Amino acid sequence: MSTTLAQAQQEVVDEFAMLGDWQDRYEQLIELGRDLPLIAPEQRTDGNLVRGCQSRVWLHAAHKDGRIHFTADSDALITKGIVALLVRVYNDRTPQEILGTSTEFIDRIGLRQHLSPNRANGLSAMIDQMKRYALAFSE
Amino acid sequence: MKPATLDPAYRIEEIRAQFPILRELVHGKPLIYFDNAATSQKPRRVIKAVSAYYATINANVHRGVHTLSNLATEAQEAAREAVRRHINAKHAHEVVFTAGTTASLNLAAGSLAPLLLKQGDEVLISAMEHHANIVPWQLACERHGAVLKVIPVTEDGTWDLAQVPFSARTRILAISHVSNTMGTINPVKDLVAAARKRGITTVVDGAQAIPHLLVDVQDLGCDLYAFSGHKMYAPTGIGVLYGREELLERMPPWQGGGEMIDRVTFERTTYAKLPFKFEAGTPHIAGIIGLGEAVRWMKDHHLEAMAAHEHALLVYATKELLSIEGLRIIGTAKEKVGVISFLIDGVHHYDLGTLLDQQGIAVRTGHHCTQPLMDRFGISGTTRASFAPFNTIDEVDAMIAATKKAVKMLRG
Repeated sequence: MSTTLAQAQQEVVDEFAMLGDWQDRYEQLIELGRDLPLIAPEQRTDGNLVRGCQSRVWLHAAHKDGRIHFTADSDALITKGIVALLVRVYNDRTPQEILGTSTEFIDRIGLRQHLSPNRANGLSAMIDQMKRYALAFSE
Repeated sequence: MKPATLDPAYRIEEIRAQFPILRELVHGKPLIYFDNAATSQKPRRVIKAVSAYYATINANVHRGVHTLSNLATEAQEAAREAVRRHINAKHAHEVVFTAGTTASLNLAAGSLAPLLLKQGDEVLISAMEHHANIVPWQLACERHGAVLKVIPVTEDGTWDLAQVPFSARTRILAISHVSNTMGTINPVKDLVAAARKRGITTVVDGAQAIPHLLVDVQDLGCDLYAFSGHKMYAPTGIGVLYGREELLERMPPWQGGGEMIDRVTFERTTYAKLPFKFEAGTPHIAGIIGLGEAVRWMKDHHLEAMAAHEHALLVYATKELLSIEGLRIIGTAKEKVGVISFLIDGVHHYDLGTLLDQQGIAVRTGHHCTQPLMDRFGISGTTRASFAPFNTIDEVDAMIAATKKAVKMLRG
């Protein structure tokens, strides 16, 4: 891994800072959703649903060679974009790095201001779920 | 549906001027509020009545000898009389104030169940009920060993009247006057009459009817009728359970506390007379006064004229929405209030709701607290637009344009 988690976070912040209006931001999210490493059909289970999201979000994590590989999906495109953004930043990192890095970059993207409270809760739920996987794999 | 005719005599600007919230901007754009079925906006008169209560006569009701307490009591009871007149109840004491429709239905279920339900008895609801008219009956059934039966819903979103599962064990019929998800106006009067012939106690959830229809509880013939203030221009946290006097007299109290008692000893308590038997604790006095003012406001602005305007918006919006490729409307009954639920092929309702919000348009997305109805149609949710007397054709046009823009973004 050439970049650190903090660097990957900063890249996303920079990318979003360059975007113009709401339409650009949402088009960017929808675009990101298309690159999401999709969860395997057999992993699209109720057990892998992230609780706290209004649309359905499935998140799966596999631990290999000390790093966590995330796959996910959602039935709503904007939600899929948000989970894709998180997966891009957190994918293939060690549990220690995930647990040891702050998540305040979300605020710097300005995503929270642009999300409804329900969606912001969903976003927090996704990050929490990723951290729970990291915690489980670090033990 | 009747054709869209906008009445030139309808003074839309006069109506709009009475809702201060319409001056607010959302994401820098003028608010277009199409979520009226979730909660209505409040006219200035209602806001003023609530604030005047706190500023000038705030006191506890029915228990003081002092002037303010008397003024507050008078204002509260005047509101009860205004509500009585509005729904044409026989007596003011048939109007019980609650926290809202949900509280009214829980009161109904909680009090009727011990009075009426025995092991093996049946409670009949319909497949389009809001969760608030399902879960209280499920709880009551569990407690008393009764069984919940369901009237099926047809493809157009109406009751399948050929398949009403009345039986010799049916004790309670609990149904909605108007569907919150689809806007269907149900033939409540006919079904209530059929039920009463069989000696069944009838409960009507009127939450979505009361903002649009002139409800006459005596004409409907139901035993209990529940509704909320906040969907009819009044504050949140206040609602009504209307009940026929004779039935309310027989029903046991549901919550205990102050206000609802006649005499308390540790051995035995006797209860206050109607309606106070069902109004334990200090009531939501400001809400009640706001509700009274909302009812007067609806009368002064001719509910029927406002409903005709909403209907014209419904017809126009229905036609325009159907011009969007792949759009399907859930709920196509002939008789509807101004509510449209729709789905668009390849577009998730959360995505659409989010992108409409970005354009200043408030709609509702999701299952609308009617998950069994969603299951009936095999869908997870819809986008719902619901109209109020202050909405305009221009706003509908803006919603159509914004929807088309969102669909384009989402289909890529």
